[in-house]
Amino acid sequence: MSGLIKSSIARKVAMALSGLFLVFFLLQHFTINFTSVFSPDTFNELSHFMGTNPLVQFALQPVLIFGVVFHFIMGFVLEIKNRNARAVKYAKYSGGANSSWMSRNMILSGLVILAFLGLHFYDFWIPEMVHKYVEFAPEDPTRYYHELLEKFVSPVRTGLYVLSFVFLALHLWHGFASSFQSVGFNNKFSVGATKFAKVFAIVIPLGFIIVSLVLHFNNNH
Amino acid sequence: MNLTLKIWRQSDAKSQGKIVEYPISGIEGDMSFLEMLDVLNEELITKGEEPVVFDHDCREGICGACSLQINGEPHGPDRLVTTCQLHMRKFNDGDTIFIEPFRAKAFPVVKDLMVDRSAFDRIQHAGGYISVNTSGNTIDANAIPVNKDNADDAFAAATCIGCGACVAACKNASAMLFTSAKVSQYALLPQGQVEATDRVMAMVNQMDEEGFGNCTNTGACEIECPKGISLENIARMNREYMKASIKG
Repeated sequence: MSGLIKSSIARKVAMALSGLFLVFFLLQHFTINFTSVFSPDTFNELSHFMGTNPLVQFALQPVLIFGVVFHFIMGFVLEIKNRNARAVKYAKYSGGANSSWMSRNMILSGLVILAFLGLHFYDFWIPEMVHKYVEFAPEDPTRYYHELLEKFVSPVRTGLYVLSFVFLALHLWHGFASSFQSVGFNNKFSVGATKFAKVFAIVIPLGFIIVSLVLHFNNNH
Repeated sequence: MNLTLKIWRQSDAKSQGKIVEYPISGIEGDMSFLEMLDVLNEELITKGEEPVVFDHDCREGICGACSLQINGEPHGPDRLVTTCQLHMRKFNDGDTIFIEPFRAKAFPVVKDLMVDRSAFDRIQHAGGYISVNTSGNTIDANAIPVNKDNADDAFAAATCIGCGACVAACKNASAMLFTSAKVSQYALLPQGQVEATDRVMAMVNQMDEEGFGNCTNTGACEIECPKGISLENIARMNREYMKASIKG
């Protein structure tokens, strides 16, 4: 652990690996959410499985929470160290001439995603934990779709979700492709891997936006 | 052409510096950027003012001394050139040009535009060498077969002149492009294998101790490098470092 804190490369690799883990989680989360658009029953079945399976609840969920917390803490640690590495700022700085906005503002997009996670936990995770482990309410395998639908009645909340997914796309646009470089993957396959990461960075957040909007408009019909 | 120069002036390492404005006229497009500064300094000396201190040596793009941040970019707006190879034709009559020293905690300002880049020397000293038997039994390097691609990549990495543009361009003031070029030029050659494990650990540790920031893969270093050092070198250094960490 001390090596992780001390070495810049170890920190970079740890950041990339935790990011890749979260990318994999996003894909899984999106796949389940997307079923809500065309089959509420399938969504209920999958949600019931994820919400009651002991392996998911007591093994994968803690790993996921650790991954999220680690990624954020390491991101803040790196940001502070990087800011300290240049005490006096340039009077004129032309970052746009040599790098993308996304790559220079990962902390900003990350903070928006962190704020979104707060809202998302408030909306879904905390009520779910209270339902199962505080109130010990009887399990109804058909409750998930209606609970999901309820959350997207408000246009403000739906708007906040959509905005957050835009920032998620900006974060993934640099972060996913960049993680390959961090783990030392730079070879003849890198162009293809980068293209895949860029497509993923657009398609998955766009998919989440579509799910949010469909749920919102389903409420109004 | 007539220009307005906004130049960082700082009398010594401990003083507070500031941007000072200097109007300058009669600048020809064929002048190099350093020649333009020479003209300014002659004017300042004639007026009895302190000339602007800036680093320079070869003035042909190979020494890496002329490290200036020009309009927010190391070595200015041109690509694959050092400041001494930048010509005034790249600017327009009436332009305002910001000229600042390379900024990094590990590159303290000595005076005005001159910075102390000896942090790079210490990284190089930490492991940027190979052991060669010089007792009379030295094997001719040309007699050792080297894969052509590796030889080309090692040569490309070795073209790094250690100017510090990578650090200056990086929003995090990271020195990973420089360090990775020095690690790569040996990691790719048979002669570099003996110290491969110790080299990457020692050079990365020294880089971290100097107070450079962390690489976040913005790619600014590769774009601004006057020698076109590739980001592939950073990926290679990451691999070498992970291999070395596992080996212990």
